Amino acid sequence: MIYSDKVMDHFQNPRNVGVLKDADGMGQVGNPVCGDMMTFYIKVKDDRLADIKFQTFGCGAAIAVSSMVSEMAMGKTLDEAMKITNATVAESLGGLPKNKLHCSNLGADALHAAIEDYQKKTAAARGEAVEGTVAKSECYCPYCEGQLEGAEEFCEHCQIEFEDCPHCGNLAKKGSEKCPSCGAELSQP
Amino acid sequence: MKRVYLDHIAATPLDPGVAEAMRPFLDGRFGNPQSLHTDGQEALEAIEDARGRVAALVGAAESEIIFTASGSEANNFAVKGLAVARRDKGCHLVLSAIEHQSVLHSAKSLEKSGFSSTLVPVDKDGLVDPAEVGKAIRKDTILVSVMLANSEVGTVEPVAEISRICLAAGVLLHTDAVAAVGSIPVNVAELGVDALSLAADQFYGPKGSAALFVKKGVRILPFIEGGIQEGGRRAGTENVMGIVGLGQAAHIARLKLGERAAAMTGLRDKLIDELPRRVDHVVLTGHREKRLPHHASFCVEFIEGESMLLNLDMKGIAVSSGSACTSRALKASHVLLAMGLDHALAQGSLVFSLVEGTTAADIDYVLEVFPPIIDRLRRMSPLYTKFLEEKRT
Repeated sequence: MIYSDKVMDHFQNPRNVGVLKDADGMGQVGNPVCGDMMTFYIKVKDDRLADIKFQTFGCGAAIAVSSMVSEMAMGKTLDEAMKITNATVAESLGGLPKNKLHCSNLGADALHAAIEDYQKKTAAARGEAVEGTVAKSECYCPYCEGQLEGAEEFCEHCQIEFEDCPHCGNLAKKGSEKCPSCGAELSQP
Repeated sequence: MKRVYLDHIAATPLDPGVAEAMRPFLDGRFGNPQSLHTDGQEALEAIEDARGRVAALVGAAESEIIFTASGSEANNFAVKGLAVARRDKGCHLVLSAIEHQSVLHSAKSLEKSGFSSTLVPVDKDGLVDPAEVGKAIRKDTILVSVMLANSEVGTVEPVAEISRICLAAGVLLHTDAVAAVGSIPVNVAELGVDALSLAADQFYGPKGSAALFVKKGVRILPFIEGGIQEGGRRAGTENVMGIVGLGQAAHIARLKLGERAAAMTGLRDKLIDELPRRVDHVVLTGHREKRLPHHASFCVEFIEGESMLLNLDMKGIAVSSGSACTSRALKASHVLLAMGLDHALAQGSLVFSLVEGTTAADIDYVLEVFPPIIDRLRRMSPLYTKFLEEKRT
């Protein structure tokens, strides 16, 4: 089996799956292009996470990570929950295959995005502004397969700029003749 | 637990007759075919016998068969070897967008030494339009490579029609027939191809044993140098046991191909017809009629392939998926994207590919356990929730 027993347990019996209709905060990260997408819903009471629900579109690791994050964060204060990191999630799951580690980043990000959403809402109610730091999706360069940091229009590993292929929507090198994913001819500007 | 193996495209079980033919080469028959003594000559006889059987399966002459260690090697050999041998005539290749990575990457690697290539698109069923191949051929085109059947979506390509266009244009044609040979009738003369790749593990033979057909008179650059094996074109001591297995598998396939296909087609059709009936938002991928007899492939909306694959595995069912998560590179299948499927749908790819011995009860079992798995995973999916909300409003 490619996954640890712990991962398989959380994959087969995920905790806290679902939607909170009257959530205090909601966070969504990832997109189907990268293969994973997670939505976290939180209820906050006295600065603690009173309830958490999630939904995940993704592989076994993504589902297990979401489940583990929800379990780790339940009942924690918001500050404590913000300290949950990719590393601690992966560790709690007994490790993840190397090429699945990015899934653990996504889980903590989704939770943190939900917390920030809550903080923004409460701050807005008080007339303040809060800076957001997380909630960006992660994608991979179609040429070197390295993870794209920050903006998705540029790969730091191979130093190339991307544009979207109009045929398949995948990333293609700006100014290139054909899309690396579907092979469509790209018109030159 | 009962295992239902439906992953033909990854590997077929070894036919008992093949295992039996190979066994003596584990138990004592170790001679090197290049040795002049009796031990060597026996081994030589065994591989030449196998060569004849492989040739007979695809309607080739014995001297046109070169043994390789994998289908990927045969594809690398063909694309690089044929292109470089024809360098003085031009440096442009034409490939379909859904070729196996071993063809696409070979062409990519040739780009470093001055070659260029054009990818021909496919339609929504994964079919290559021969006219599009014709349009892509230029004055400096030297090689066209279009697969005979695609293992991810099962579509069988019109290679014979493409060969007429190539012949008229004076361009060589290679076909990656790894997914097709042994499953459908393949004849190199009828197809009109100059080179063809095949692999034993797709028709009940061993892994690590494959072959490349190169038509007599067609020049190809040696792939491994430094020995006289395979006419000097692929040096290295022969994998005698594997080659014998390939030969026996080819022999059995020639006799039983029709029977095997007939037994599987009905079961395949049941899956293709019933699965979308039992679960909504499931679409067939690939062409409905022009497809491999053992191949039923789908995209299931709102769910990712690996999670389905693992759930089916827990129920004893082995299948494949072309989703990003199941690939080590975490990229969605280039085949499904080239067919115009959007990313989310391509992530829900699932391939059921039958093997000899798959029963009606096996298919019924799949149809029974599949819906609850999908239901459970969809209830977990934010995309499905979004879909239901949008449907309501």
